[in-house]
Amino acid sequence: MTTEPLATPPKRKTRNFALLSNRAGAAFMLPAGLLVSVFVIVPFFWVIFVSFTNRTLIGATALNPQFVGLGNYLALFDPATFFQRGQFGFSLILTTQFVLASALLGQALLGLLLAWLIQTVPPWIKRITETFVIAAWILPEVVIGFAWFAFLDYDNGTFNMLLESLGLPPGDFLLQQPFWVIVVFNTWRGAAFSMMLFNSAFSSIPPSYFQAADVAGASSWQKFRDIGLPLIRGHIVTDLILITMWTFNTFTPFLLTNGGPSYRTELVSIYNYRVAFQDFQFGKGAAVGVIMMLINLAFALIYLSLGRKRAPK
Amino acid sequence: MKISLPAFVGRIAFSALAALIGAAFALPLIWFLFAPFNARAELGLAIPDPWTLNNFVTVFGNSYAVQALWNSFIQATGGVILVGAAATLAAYALSRSSIPGKGAVTYTLLLFSSVVSGSAAMVPIFLIISAAGIMDTHVAVILTFAGGLLPTAMFILRDFIDSIPKSYEESAMVAGASPVQAFFDVALPVIRPGIVVVVVWAFVNIWGSFLIPFILLRSSDNMPASVAIYSFYSEAGTPIVTLLAAYALIYSLPVVALYLFVSWKFGFRFFGGIKA
Amino acid sequence: MASVEFKNVTKSFGNFHAVSDVNFDIGDGEFVCLLGPSGCGKTTSLRMMAGLETPTSGQIFIGGQEVTHLHPKDRNIAMVFQDYALYPHMNLADNIAYPLKVRGEPVDKRHARAREVADVLKIGHLMDRLPSQISGGQQQRTSLARALVYPAKVYLFDEPLSNLDAKLRLEARGFLNHLQRDMGMTAVYVTHDQAEAMALATRIAVMDQGKIVQYASPIEIYRRPATTFVANFVGNPPMNLVEVEGAQADGRLALKAEGLGIGALPMTDAIGKALATSNRLTLGVRPEHLSLAGAGAQNTIVAPLFANENMGPESLVTLDRGEGARVTARIFTDDHLDVSDTVTLGFSAEHVHLFDSAGNRIPAVGE
Repeated sequence: MTTEPLATPPKRKTRNFALLSNRAGAAFMLPAGLLVSVFVIVPFFWVIFVSFTNRTLIGATALNPQFVGLGNYLALFDPATFFQRGQFGFSLILTTQFVLASALLGQALLGLLLAWLIQTVPPWIKRITETFVIAAWILPEVVIGFAWFAFLDYDNGTFNMLLESLGLPPGDFLLQQPFWVIVVFNTWRGAAFSMMLFNSAFSSIPPSYFQAADVAGASSWQKFRDIGLPLIRGHIVTDLILITMWTFNTFTPFLLTNGGPSYRTELVSIYNYRVAFQDFQFGKGAAVGVIMMLINLAFALIYLSLGRKRAPK
Repeated sequence: MKISLPAFVGRIAFSALAALIGAAFALPLIWFLFAPFNARAELGLAIPDPWTLNNFVTVFGNSYAVQALWNSFIQATGGVILVGAAATLAAYALSRSSIPGKGAVTYTLLLFSSVVSGSAAMVPIFLIISAAGIMDTHVAVILTFAGGLLPTAMFILRDFIDSIPKSYEESAMVAGASPVQAFFDVALPVIRPGIVVVVVWAFVNIWGSFLIPFILLRSSDNMPASVAIYSFYSEAGTPIVTLLAAYALIYSLPVVALYLFVSWKFGFRFFGGIKA
Repeated sequence: MASVEFKNVTKSFGNFHAVSDVNFDIGDGEFVCLLGPSGCGKTTSLRMMAGLETPTSGQIFIGGQEVTHLHPKDRNIAMVFQDYALYPHMNLADNIAYPLKVRGEPVDKRHARAREVADVLKIGHLMDRLPSQISGGQQQRTSLARALVYPAKVYLFDEPLSNLDAKLRLEARGFLNHLQRDMGMTAVYVTHDQAEAMALATRIAVMDQGKIVQYASPIEIYRRPATTFVANFVGNPPMNLVEVEGAQADGRLALKAEGLGIGALPMTDAIGKALATSNRLTLGVRPEHLSLAGAGAQNTIVAPLFANENMGPESLVTLDRGEGARVTARIFTDDHLDVSDTVTLGFSAEHVHLFDSAGNRIPAVGE
């Protein structure tokens, strides 16, 4: 046994062994770092800068924009016009309603219902239902936009054909009820994500939990309320935050309604596009972008803090 | 076997409800199963009589439509190569090196990537591309998507690499391999399934995207199929429904095929779960 | 083959000292087992030999050359990992030949050599298979083959048998023992299984909390465990330890404990020193040195029966001395033991181990 201390050799400062040295690691990070910096991080700061100028797409201020301070923000929040159609306040409220109705109520509830239903129905019904729900989600947005354009066509559309065959009056819904059209549209488009998230959450619950409830004589509703729901609470929070952020930022309804008629479906993303690329007011558009990013930031911070709490690392 | 009557009725009701919802989801898409094969297709639902592939012939005879598909392919492929390569290298470094501040970098990137969405950052993205002098080019679209998709791609891949035992590379190094050899001989092949998932995810995202090319591209020579389809049906006058139906179907095929490929190969339930 | 030496090696992770100030040397051709419970620093020590961890301080030598900060690839060592680390995308031939590939051997030569080693390990017929297509035992032998395919200075094993079931583990253990006799390789073998260490090692280093508690041959560790920790870790079942009160009487040592009847032991200087610190000693007797005693036996432990487990050729008889203190006897018998409620176990004085209040061995007479 040789535990007698020998003369301690002089200490040397050396890096610990790692599979990838720090220098190689930095080199590996470089390409991604550059791309993300230029196209994610720079835009974040640039948009703040531009929002304080009167930059436009064409004309004199395109090349030599002037600093206008909070001018763009004051214009956006001008109390005289704030709530008017086609103004920022109207668009913001519209978007809030859109998120509440189509994401929180529509997608999340429908997704939850679907996830629970397909646990119990025969496999062939499950497969067919899943296929169409997922198809609505994975197909490119322009294809979906066109599909709904055809579906809701006043003269020939499948929807009116269906209504007439049921003895109901047809309608030109894109003109009459544009807001509810995009709410249903977005619910339809995005329910798949919630369904799949909840589905995987439900299947992560050991079947014995439900079998124990079966033995105790619980009904399907009781099993859902007392076992399923409490155990997937974390997933529900995750789902709500994610679909809220996506729905808040979505541009897809533009492909169905162009934001109209008369601004009635002009969500903030579409408003931002119109101000910047149709009215050519980049400064004002940037201010809208900044506000959108601040709202995104709030949700992202909530989401990340929840994620950190759940997986401390 | 005996099932009580209420339970039986309940199961029927559940199945009926599920089938009903499935049908509701199918309705707006059913038109797409028929119209592309109907030479006289209109916006109404009609069974083709006779079934024909004429519409597809028309599409492939339309040079603008073919060019747009090719543009989509160039932009998606270019973006995917950048995202795949840069994300693999960066994710490997995040997982395997001990660079100080790794965690902070990860957190910051995650935060930025969810804050800077395409619809919020369209103005500065336009200005950056404009300042770089690459407006109305494929490169503009490719670089913008690479930057935007990279953070998420890196996280998916980092998680994947974290789940792979370090003993693969360790054993290679003990056996005499240099870090570079260990990366290419051992780590890269083992990470490959993760890279495939990320690459497919990025491809589908770029292929299906509308807003960024819509803003950054001017000339019809560079327009991808998404913008082409939009202009086909949104411009004044009656759209050429026959062409559009067939074209939209062709344009959707790669996405469907890739989705089926990934779910068959990896059973990846959350394909595309995180959008850019 | 080469020797290995640790000089004052310490490895800290933050405030936690995984290995603290460890010194030992491994002679050329020795098979040394690092034995200890999980978290004792044995795997960290092995990984420092491999170069997969860098010591916080101290030096490591392989074959007389300092390798403390040398990259693993430059140490010319071989290692078998606990999870085997077989590359899933390479067939067995490529897996086994990989170390030769990075050494620049041409493909036909390295495959021939891989086949040679694989044949010895009886996996030569599987060379075209992928690791996922062979059994756990075959995977273990493949990882062994990959380590043996090139001449390394030292062979390192990180719990290589822990993923095998009991029967395969015994078989693989026997094979490793045979290999060591055949090749005379220098090997360092990490395990928490004392039986594996006893069976394979020329010397065992028992580790606890980052330190080497005892470094000696298996038989030495079995016969003269340096501390109660070693005594309790080596042997199956482990040594019985009984808290006793010691006192010097008439130039001999008298021990006292509930249910213990023991004749006075010869006094030594070492015992005197221990008693000077504290009269609380620990008496140790191995289960195989206890037997069922009739009346009149000189040294006995009497206590109520707790369990009587028949294992075939032997029986484990466990007594409950109260407050969780148990004493187990390993009694070799083909018959079912007929023991009553209270059992008397006897032992001979030559099998008694004594430890002082700090748990360190008090040398017996003549040690």
